[in-house]
Order: sequence, then structure tokens, then C-alpha cells
Amino acid sequence: MALQIIRAERVEKYYAQPSENRIQVIAPTDLSIESGEIVALLGPSGSGKSTLLRMLTGLSEPSGGEVYWHDKAISTADVNVSIVFQSFALFPWLTVLENVEAALKARGMDAAERRRRSLKILDTVGLDGFQAAYPKELSGGMRQRVGFARALVVEPEVLFMDEPFSALDVLTAENLRSELLELWQKKTIPTRSIFIVTHNIEEAVLLADRIIVLGRNPGHVRTDFKVKLEHPRDRKASGFTQLVDYIYKVLTQPDAQPPALPATPAGRRAHYQMLPHARPGGIAGLLELLLDHQGKDDIYRLADDLAFEIDDLLPIVDAARLLGFLTVTEGDAAITATGAEYANSEILRQKELFRIAAVENVLLLRQIVRAIEAKSDRSVPEEFFHDMLDEQFSEEETVRQLETAISWGRYAELFDFDAGRRRFIQPAKLSVEDEEEKTESPEEIDA
Amino acid sequence: MEIPGDLNPARGRETLARAQVLKRSWPFFLDLCVAGIGLACFYGVVRIATYWFGHAQPEITISLSPRALPLYAFYSVVRIGLAYALSLVFAVGYGYLAAYSRRLEALMIAGLDILQSIPVLSFLPGVMLAMVALFPTRQIGVEMGAILLIFTGQVWNMAFSFYSSIKSIPRELNEAATIYRFSRLQRLVQLELPYAAIGLVWNSMVSVAGGWFFLMACEMFVLGPRDFRLPGLGSYLQTAAGTGDGVAIAWGLAVMVAIIVATDQLIWRPVIGWSDKFKFEQVESGARVRSPILRMLRQSTALRELSGKTLAPLNERVYHWLAERRSRRIEALAAEAGGEELKARRRQWEFTLLRGWALVLVAVAVIYSAGHAVMLLRTVTGEQFLLILKGAGATFLRVNLSLLLAAAWTIPAGVAIGFNPRLARIAQPVAQIAASVPATALFPVLLLALVRVGGGLGIGSIALMLLGTQWYILFNVIAGAMAIPTDLREVATLFRFTRWQRWKTLILPGIFPYLITGMVTASGGAWNASIVAEYFRLKNQTLQTLGLGAQISAATDAGQFQILLLATIVMALMVVTINRLVWRPLYRLGETRYKLEG
Repeated sequence: MALQIIRAERVEKYYAQPSENRIQVIAPTDLSIESGEIVALLGPSGSGKSTLLRMLTGLSEPSGGEVYWHDKAISTADVNVSIVFQSFALFPWLTVLENVEAALKARGMDAAERRRRSLKILDTVGLDGFQAAYPKELSGGMRQRVGFARALVVEPEVLFMDEPFSALDVLTAENLRSELLELWQKKTIPTRSIFIVTHNIEEAVLLADRIIVLGRNPGHVRTDFKVKLEHPRDRKASGFTQLVDYIYKVLTQPDAQPPALPATPAGRRAHYQMLPHARPGGIAGLLELLLDHQGKDDIYRLADDLAFEIDDLLPIVDAARLLGFLTVTEGDAAITATGAEYANSEILRQKELFRIAAVENVLLLRQIVRAIEAKSDRSVPEEFFHDMLDEQFSEEETVRQLETAISWGRYAELFDFDAGRRRFIQPAKLSVEDEEEKTESPEEIDA
Repeated sequence: MEIPGDLNPARGRETLARAQVLKRSWPFFLDLCVAGIGLACFYGVVRIATYWFGHAQPEITISLSPRALPLYAFYSVVRIGLAYALSLVFAVGYGYLAAYSRRLEALMIAGLDILQSIPVLSFLPGVMLAMVALFPTRQIGVEMGAILLIFTGQVWNMAFSFYSSIKSIPRELNEAATIYRFSRLQRLVQLELPYAAIGLVWNSMVSVAGGWFFLMACEMFVLGPRDFRLPGLGSYLQTAAGTGDGVAIAWGLAVMVAIIVATDQLIWRPVIGWSDKFKFEQVESGARVRSPILRMLRQSTALRELSGKTLAPLNERVYHWLAERRSRRIEALAAEAGGEELKARRRQWEFTLLRGWALVLVAVAVIYSAGHAVMLLRTVTGEQFLLILKGAGATFLRVNLSLLLAAAWTIPAGVAIGFNPRLARIAQPVAQIAASVPATALFPVLLLALVRVGGGLGIGSIALMLLGTQWYILFNVIAGAMAIPTDLREVATLFRFTRWQRWKTLILPGIFPYLITGMVTASGGAWNASIVAEYFRLKNQTLQTLGLGAQISAATDAGQFQILLLATIVMALMVVTINRLVWRPLYRLGETRYKLEG
């Protein structure tokens, strides 16, 4: 059996709230990283991928449970890991060489040895001759090479990567990925395990020996399996595409929450749906595309057609499903009758259909409309809904939920939002009553 | 997400080549210059030391001969320099502590807010008396008083800048520093200071300009029967104005302007050029500040040798020691996790106890002095209190009138400059120099002229406030106008907006956040200036007008500490209240509604 380098036992993360509810980000989870494997962690945004990575590296302390480094508690162990960051996290005021040397300097290595090792690793990652450049003089791909050099120069036992290729263009990413794989397979680097967080399914299948898929609300492991495909892996091979399809299915399946994971103690049930952060325009666009594809298509292929990352497309699909414009089965999206009518209508009719669907399907929007109608001055403070959502979502998510609700409500002309007074108000009718209000929201121009 | 553009190979190579090849012309000459500067510094230090540690000179007579000016100017510059150095160290320490101490953070930031609003000049008598008492026979006491005072005037914005820089360091950079085991020192040197550098540089420029303002005022002042005078540019100008000596005034002003231009060229430009590399940007921006001085320093072999022989090995040793200490700590932690924990807990407990005692001591001291202050306040009569309130009202009106006047001319001028790059190229450097001439240096001259044409201090004080504060508004308006995107202006032209429409829908909302920022600073500055502006001695007569600032100055003159204290409190309260009730909501409005996101 392979050696366990890092082991997490029942780790979880939550944020205490002033009220007795707490926001659970990650449910108690067991996880281990063994020597000799590349582990990929996949999951939709908001599933706590990065949080989990930070707990495994010892950067962030779990709220419960314990992380072990070679069977010692990670807080007392001499951990030897590196992280390659999504934003590269290079110090812009240091040259390429100084950036790489900084990590060795922190370990008290003498100047000559430091320089020798840094130059060697820069050579390995293909940055020979760039040592005197500043990061801002380099392209994104070159910068991430510096990030890799810095991570590898300390000879980490485990190399962590937090979406290392997602800020790069497709070709650069592909290039860097294969080079990394080559370093790993030829054992050019003494690293014993690689742990990569990604939202790109193909990337995971290309690289990983083991894939862990997270679900959200709160983050939990949906599935954890080994990938037995031979390297080098061929994207067109049937084994590859089947695996990609399988993971898409896992990701797009309606979240049937396992009952074992109560989101909140005290048995308070979450009753607001989580509004996917999609714009009405995006929903219309997706439906029109779907109509062009005979009303039914694989989500994976749709993302491909739109040149979208699946992570960017999923909220739009979720939103359309929530409104009853499409249904999702086994990774395929199929348009419904209302969806088709919506896609075929002109703008005013579209707004009307959206209005009907929104009031029918979205609790938050329904509540806002009713609350406005119930008030004599036809206006309700944002705070009121903020407080209700706050019990269920984190502060950040609450704000995003309200932003989405405002965007949908304005589009559907269900209500308007006075950003100055932070109040929901009745939408201004065509008879111009209040010049001030009209200039505020661009949606009014359509009306 | 925006994908960064590909590397342009030609450009990349060109910049690299520039970094690697050292173009060195005149190496010997440059080294000679550096050596010369070093010698000059040495002589300066000797000169200052003999003067400071000489006996106190009770009645310094300020010579109006232009030949005395270089020495006076030198003394003033040293005062500013020392106060600035002190401010920088303190600001970094204060900001660091506030950013990393979870318990003290809120208190320290609230403290900053209030300390920034307190009129510095009313500290003058207290600080002076304390310092003179500390060094009764040495000149250094009065000098320290002046330096401390300038320090309190310039430190807060720098501290706040450093604090907010630390707080806004991107999370991943912080995490990289942690995961690569940076020690606190390395983190400070390679992450926090570089990240904060640009903010610190700009705030330093503002602070030093403010320092001149106060120095001019506090080089010469009267407290009760005692007349404190420091040989310097400020006292020279005041004496010159007092005797009405036009030639001396001209000489003094010329030297003042020369110093300001020299500071700009010899210090700020090289520093700004140097700080350019700390810009936290992904792509290189076009315009850069060039400075021959900076080039000279960078290419000096002598300097490089010196740092290579001394600083670099020391640096290596420190890092080595820090790394060893870290690994020892981790070993100890791993070896006896349990025992160590117990010991650590006991140490923690002892530490808490110690801190508790320190806290109690501080609390007792605070309560004791606060109690005495309150006792002092009880001796203020109702009549005096009423006068202070009246004065507060008058100064309030004056401050706002000066703000209004400043806004009235700076908004159109600033927008014109901001919209017209050609005009900006001419106007901006001129305005910058004009802005750095301390208003307090000009004030005696201005007042002399006003008195001659029959005006009084009523107009004079407003003029001084205007002189001191209009620049903040002007520069902010220029920046705001420049930030309005060209396409918005084109839309206005395309739809044939009338002039009024253009101002109402485009320009005013566009510059609003900048305007507010400028007004906040200007308002604080105007309150502070009122202390100098409303009470002035000219040719053996005292000009005075009703106002809070006048009462503070008069109380200082007469040694009436209870009135001084009360007036100071009233002024601080007014400034803080106006900030909270007026400026902060406006500022927030600007940040949310009128922010142009590009």
C-alpha cells in the first residue's frame, strides 16, 4: 500500500454567525493524499475546492477535525509543500530569479547554492535567460512558469496547484500541462505527489490518477475514484470521453442532498432556492442556441460550441431549469414548451414570459413582489430580505443572491431597485412620474 | 476573465537587454559626486550637533542679512528631515501593529481618525514646555518641541496609508509568503514594504508639504512671558514681515521656492522613479518618471561595493539565523507536543498577567490626567465658554466660505486642465510648485499687503485658509476630470448636450468622488490653518479677529491653559462631527453611485 503523506480526518469548515446558525462551507470530510499519485479535485464553484486545498496545506485551520502530515498533526509538523496559484502570486518588484530565490532564502540557504539551484530549476521550466526580467515583462504563460519554478525549487513532497491553468489561454495551458506531466513522469522533480484543484473536467482526466468530485451546499465528496487510463492520454479515445461524460453527469445531476448532511443545526430547513448567478440575456441566448440544436443537446457540447468553460455555463443552465425553460437529464439539456416560446418571442413578450415563470418558480422574487404590494408606499427596504437570506447563506452569497434577484426583477419589470435608498420599489410605469428614478436604471430604456 | 496578452518577443528582449547591459558613462565623476555628498552630510551632522548641544540661547535675534539665510534654511530643512524620518518609522510601526493585532486594530484606527482631526498647533505650548523642561540648559529642548510638533502634523496619513496597504495585499501573495516559510522580516521586506511603497511615497510628499506649513508657524512663537525662537527660514520670514523689510522678504521667499524645487528634483523625483518598480500591475505602463539623480545612484560602483561588503553578508546571516530558529522551534514542537504546550500555556498566562498590569497602569494614568484636565476645564467661566462657542461659529463660517471660494475657482480650472492635455503639461508643474510653498510663509507678506490697502484679518484669515487648502481640491478635480472616459465625453458632444447639461450629467458626477476627497482634506486643513490665521503679530501690534483659532492662539500667548484646552476640544469635536455627519456619507455616495468603473 502506498504511503499516506497527508491525511484529513473529518475536517470541516464553517463560519460562525452572530445568530446561532452557522454557515457550513465544507461538511466533515475524510481525504488522503498518497505518494506516487496525481489527485484532481473537481467541483462547481462554491463547493469549497480552494478551502479544502488550504486546509490540506496547513494554510487554513479546519473548524473541526484534524489534518495529519506523515501521521503528525499538521500544525506541529515540518510540512514541505508548495502551491502554484491561479493568479501566479509572484512578487512584481522582484526579478524572476529573486522570486525563485526568495523561497530558498526563507530556508536560510547560502547565496551561492541558492543561485545554483534557482538557475537550474529556471532552466528546467524553460526560462533560461529570463532571470533578470520582472514578471510584468512576461506573458501569462511565462509568469506561471516562474510560479512553477518557485514551487519546485524547494523540492516539495506534495505540489499543490489551485487552478493553475485557468488564467491562461487554451494553447498555453495545454503546453504547460504536458510539460508538467513530462517532468513528473520522468521523475525530473523529486515531488512525490501532486494535488490539483480545477473546474476543467478534461484537464482532470488528462492529468489525474485519482479524481475527487465535490458537491456544494455544503461542500462534500460526491465521488472519489481512480483513473486507470494509460499515459499519454488521448482526448478522442472512447475511454477518455466516457469518463468525461460520466463526470459531467455527476456534476449536472440535480443535487439530491444526502440527508446525512444537515446544512444548519436546530432543524431549520433551507427554504430559499439558491439563485444561479446568470443574466436574463444569457438565458435567452442559451435557449436560442438550444433551439438551433433541435431543442436538445449535451451540455458539454453546448459549452464547447459557445467556447464557454462548463463552470460559466452551468449557472445559466441551472437558471433556465429553475424557471422551467428546460429540463436536464443525464447531462442532456432539453427545451420545454415555454422555453421554446420564450426563445422565439420578441422582447416584450419575452419579459412577460420571464415574469410569469419567475413569480411561479422563484420564492424570493415572489416574496419581494408581494411585500411591495402590501406596503402603502410601495417600497420595501433591501435589509428586510437581506436578513432573511442571511440565515441561510453566507454574507457574500446573500449579497450575490440579492444582486441576481434585482437583475431578474428589473428585467421582468416585477420591481425596480432604488440603489440610493437601498429599497425595492414598484417599477415606474410608462407615464413619466419621476425623472430622477428613470435615469438610474438602464433597463428603463428598453421599456 | 481577461486573458493576458501574449509576450511580444521583440519588446521582451529589448527590456531584458536594457536590464543586463550597464551603460556607464562618467563612472569616476559619478563616484566623486557620491563621495562629495557623503562628506557634506558629515559636516552637516557636526554642525547640527554643536548647535543643539550648545547652551540654550534665550533671545535669538534673527538676522535679516541674506548671508544668514543659507544656515537658517539648513536648520529648517534638518528639522523637517528629522521629523519626517521619525514619522516614517512611527507610521510603519503603527500601521503594522494595527494591521496585525486583532485586539488593538479597532482602537488604533479610531485613534488615527481622531488624531488626524485634532488641531496640531494647539499642542505647541504643551509640547514646548515639556521639552524645555526636559532639557533646560540645552537648545535641543526647543528644537525637539518643534520637531515633535511637525511629526504630529505629518505622521497620521502615512500611518493610515501603510495600514490600508497591508490590509489590501492580495490573499494569494500572503499565502505564497506563508507557504514558502517567509519570516516576519522577509515578509516585511519583500512583501509589505514594497506593496505599501507607492502609497507611502505619495503620502510622504503631502506630509512634508504639511510639515513646512507648521514649521513656518512654530519657529517663532510667544507663550506667556517667554519668547521661543528658532533660527530658521520661518522665523526669518516672520521677522522680515514684522519689520516690513521688502528686500529680506524677497530673499526669504526666493530661498523657500529654491528649497522646494530642489526637494522636488533631488528627492521626490528619484524616489518616485525608484518606486515605479513597486507598482502592482500586470503590464508595464507607458509613462515613467525619469530622474538623472536616480541614474547616478544606481550606477555608482562605490555604493554597490559598499552594500556588497556590508549589507549583503549581514542580510545573509540574519536570514540564516531566522531559518534555523524556525526549524528549532518546529523540532521542539514536534518532539514534545504535550509538554511544550503546557509550558507555552504557562508562558501565555504569565504574559496575560503582565499585560493586565500594564493595562491597569495605563488606565490609571489616563484617568488621572483626564481627571485633571476636567478639573482645569471647570475654571472656565460661562462667559468664556460663550465666547468660545461664538468663535467656533465664526470660524465655521470662515472655513466654509474659504472652501466655497476654493471650489468656485478650482472646479472650472481643474476641469479645464484635466480635459486639455496640452494645458495640463504647462499648468500642472506650476501648480505643484505653487502648492508646495507653505501658506504660512506667504501669510506675513500677504497680511502686510492687506493692511496697507486697508483690509484686516477678517479677509486675511480667509485668504490664508484659501492659500493653504485650495490645492487639495484643484489636484483632485484635475485627477477626476482626467478619469472621465473619453467615450462619455464623446457621447455628450454627439448628442449636442448644452453646456449646463454637460456639467450636470457628465462632469459634476464624474468628478464627484475626487471633489469630495479634496474637500475633506481641505476642510481639515482650513480648520488647522485658522489657528495661525485669526491671530497675528505684525510690527509690534497684535491683529486678531473673532474665531476659535484666535482664541487658541490668544490663550497660548497668555498662558491660559483651560481656555486652550476647551477650545482645542471644541475644534476637534467640530472637525470629527463634520467628518462623520457630512463628509463620510458624501464620500460613500461618491464611492457607490458616482464611481466610474472602467
